[in-house]
Amino acid sequence: MIKAILIFNNHGKPRLSKFYEHYSEDTEQQIIRETFHLVSKRDENVCNFLEGGMLIGGSDYRLIYRHYATLYFVFCVDSSESELGILDLIQVFVETLDKCFENVCELDLIFHVDKVHNILAEMVMGGMVLETNMNEIITQVDSQNKMEKSEVLTG
Amino acid sequence: MSPSVPLQEMIRAIRSARTQCEERGVIQRECAAIRAQFRQADNGGRSHNLAKLLYVHMLGYPAHFGQMECVRMIASPRYSEKRVGYLGAMMLLDEKQDASLLITNSIKNDLAHSNQYVQSLALCTLACMGSAEMCRDLAPEIDRLLRASNSYIKKKAALCAVHIVRKVHELGELFAPAARSLLSEKNHGVLHGAVVLIIELCERNPETLERFRKTVPDLVQIMKGLVLSGYSPEHDVAGISDPFLQVRILRLLRILGRNNEGASDAMNDLLAQVATNTDSTKTVGNAVLYETVLTVLDIKSESGLRVLAVNILGRFLLNNDRNIRYIAMTSLQKIVGTDHNAVQRHRGTIVDCLKDQDASVKRRALELSLALVSASNIRSMMKELLLFLSSCPPELRAHAASGIFNAAERYAPSQRWHIDTMLHVLITAGGDVRDETVPNLIQLITNASELHCYTVHKLYRALLADISQQSLVQVACWCIGEYGDLLLRGDCQETEPVQVTEDDALDALETVLQSHMSSPATRGFALTATMKLSTRITDNVDRIRSIVSIYGSCIDVELQQRAVEYNALFKKYDHMRYAMKNYGRIRVTFTEPRFEYMCSHCLLLPLSVGGLKVCDLLDLLGGSEETLQPSPAFGGTAPGPSVNTAGGDLLDLLGGLELTPLAPGVTLRVTHTHTHTTDPVPVYDKGGVTLTLSCEKQSDTGLTVTLTASNATDSDISSFTLQAAVPKSVQLHMKAPSGDSLPARGTAKVTQMVVLNNPNKVNLKMRVRVSYTRLGSAFQDTVQIDSFPGLDAAGR
Repeated sequence: MIKAILIFNNHGKPRLSKFYEHYSEDTEQQIIRETFHLVSKRDENVCNFLEGGMLIGGSDYRLIYRHYATLYFVFCVDSSESELGILDLIQVFVETLDKCFENVCELDLIFHVDKVHNILAEMVMGGMVLETNMNEIITQVDSQNKMEKSEVLTG
Repeated sequence: MSPSVPLQEMIRAIRSARTQCEERGVIQRECAAIRAQFRQADNGGRSHNLAKLLYVHMLGYPAHFGQMECVRMIASPRYSEKRVGYLGAMMLLDEKQDASLLITNSIKNDLAHSNQYVQSLALCTLACMGSAEMCRDLAPEIDRLLRASNSYIKKKAALCAVHIVRKVHELGELFAPAARSLLSEKNHGVLHGAVVLIIELCERNPETLERFRKTVPDLVQIMKGLVLSGYSPEHDVAGISDPFLQVRILRLLRILGRNNEGASDAMNDLLAQVATNTDSTKTVGNAVLYETVLTVLDIKSESGLRVLAVNILGRFLLNNDRNIRYIAMTSLQKIVGTDHNAVQRHRGTIVDCLKDQDASVKRRALELSLALVSASNIRSMMKELLLFLSSCPPELRAHAASGIFNAAERYAPSQRWHIDTMLHVLITAGGDVRDETVPNLIQLITNASELHCYTVHKLYRALLADISQQSLVQVACWCIGEYGDLLLRGDCQETEPVQVTEDDALDALETVLQSHMSSPATRGFALTATMKLSTRITDNVDRIRSIVSIYGSCIDVELQQRAVEYNALFKKYDHMRYAMKNYGRIRVTFTEPRFEYMCSHCLLLPLSVGGLKVCDLLDLLGGSEETLQPSPAFGGTAPGPSVNTAGGDLLDLLGGLELTPLAPGVTLRVTHTHTHTTDPVPVYDKGGVTLTLSCEKQSDTGLTVTLTASNATDSDISSFTLQAAVPKSVQLHMKAPSGDSLPARGTAKVTQMVVLNNPNKVNLKMRVRVSYTRLGSAFQDTVQIDSFPGLDAAGR
């Protein structure tokens, strides 16, 4: 099960935070800060798996992260998920964002955070991987956006 | 206008704030505006406000006032509002809030909505934050959707069912049939959801697991289709057909095949096929291979397949990708216990990984290497491990050093090799070894009597080279003190002869004493060694005397105390010093230096109390012929004037001292044959507290009674005190108890010694009052002891 998905930049500012278990607002912010500390200390040439911090769970949880330009994509998962599989999932997520936003960059994520949530909702649901096929995800997201647009037009 | 624009304006405003304070100001203004808007009746831009609020929430500002707005939005007929409402519900609501109950009805309605995207919103939210009641309410709906809807909804319903089963375990039964039928779907998303659901059901309930074992052939069929089919554009990821589904099915197969011969047999062929056919040049291929290996190793597979799996892991170790190397080592570590020989074959690669740049990989390689050490490869492995120790990152040093010590202890081919290895570790990483290492090494050296000469020479040379590693310096000082005569004799078969004069040896010890790098403990070692040398050398006793007397005014209290007492030995009891020489070597093997000091202190005390002849002393010490074994026992405080014994009974002194532990693993047991202590007899047992009594007759009228208390309850006891009363003519003296707290479940005991003197030889009785505090309330009880073990009925 995936416990949390976090995207933050090189300075630790959160760009997306999705928790699949309930924490208080303060705890959520602490988790983001702690994760940033752990991940930003990592060298470029070490492996992408980390034992999690104190707040986000015990020994069963690990952080799997990828660093793209100015953004860190971090998934906090337990042992029921395959580590290599999650790495691939992050890759699929980023590629999907790329397709949806056309050469996605950090500003896109900042100004369209609701859209990112919608895309993520098509991939991961309730902490479990829902869909991994990029085309399928994009099709669904497009139909939903169309529906929303048509609603606006009809009032 | 597009719903996002007001949100974007706000984001721009927040980002343009230059300081944290400015940002807070902007956000407070926005929040106030949003709150005002919420209070108004229906307005066109409701979804923007909530979206803004969610953004603010992500930055960490309070947003709870948006909860009711979420509920209202969810109930709205417009899709855009529902969408934001549900998103808000997932972010702001949880089962503890009352507001979450209010959305149950909306979710129920939306689950039956004609528009699949509205249904999917409801399913998503239920799966994220559905409470147990909500799940119970809506489970039948989910079951219906699992059976009859399009594949988009089916896959979401499947994952929603997983969440429901996690919250309410009993509902697993409800979903089992639907899950079974979903396996025949073609859509990969649905299949994936179905497999996740089945995994969840099997893990919760062993009976369900039994039933689903029958699906193994179907799963094998699906996998075969994925692996052997040609290129399928919709599912292809870097040449592998839907690797995520493959990995998921492999995991389910692992759960079904565990501990079951039949199921394992059915999947053997498939696993072999996947292992050989999957392309391992890309990450996705490796993910599938990795999952296959884990499955093979976990089920009852045939040995050929297991060897294949371990070989795949071995190949992973050579992979360029660090992640692959890391997980390969993690898996190898899990199986090194069961498939030891197979892993041994890859020992070379594992040892090479010790030189990897990644610290996590190094750590795994170290643990694996230590697990792979065996009697046959100890020499070569130790070479590699010692090389690693000299260049390893500081956080791994302690672990490496202790691992090397354990390995050396188990498989040392010879004592000399063992001592050499330990010395090498101390020279390389002396600062990171554990505290017990010094006593353990001293113990080892003492036992290797033929190597004393070699050892002391080697240590002396190491001491000359470097006095910064405290453990090494301590061992070296101890050896020079103990075997100084061998050092000075000069000849030694095993190393090149070097002439060490008495001055050289004393120079070395003095350097340690004076160096600012030496810790107080090290200085203590050096001082004691200098003292010991006084009996082993002939010419420079004066020099030693002057060194010792300098420390008589040292700031460190312990060193000062030692120096003063050694000085006393020089001045008043010079004839005794040679006796000291023997006590150190034959009678007592002290591996804790403080005990050598303690023993000298003990010997000095009766000397100062007076009335003891030299020969009495030697006689007493000579009385216990057996070499004393190191074992865990009492430690020592500095025994001082608080010790109050009758006369100069030395053994009473040694046996009667209440000593509290000084250092972990202190090793000293004085076994002497002169008095007879009876076995402890239980005298009190109430409320979980037990008291046992043992006696030791010291003389015709003197008796020492030891009361031992222990606590068998589940909670700790504090302020535990014992008071005793005896008949009028009996003299009673209570020693200080060993402590006043009794931890739960008998993990430690409290002992109290009571010294009695019964000159009139009356019938000995004792009344003991027990008082303690437990769970905040005080207890008190009294017990009368009428008979003492070891004494006859008359109390004599």
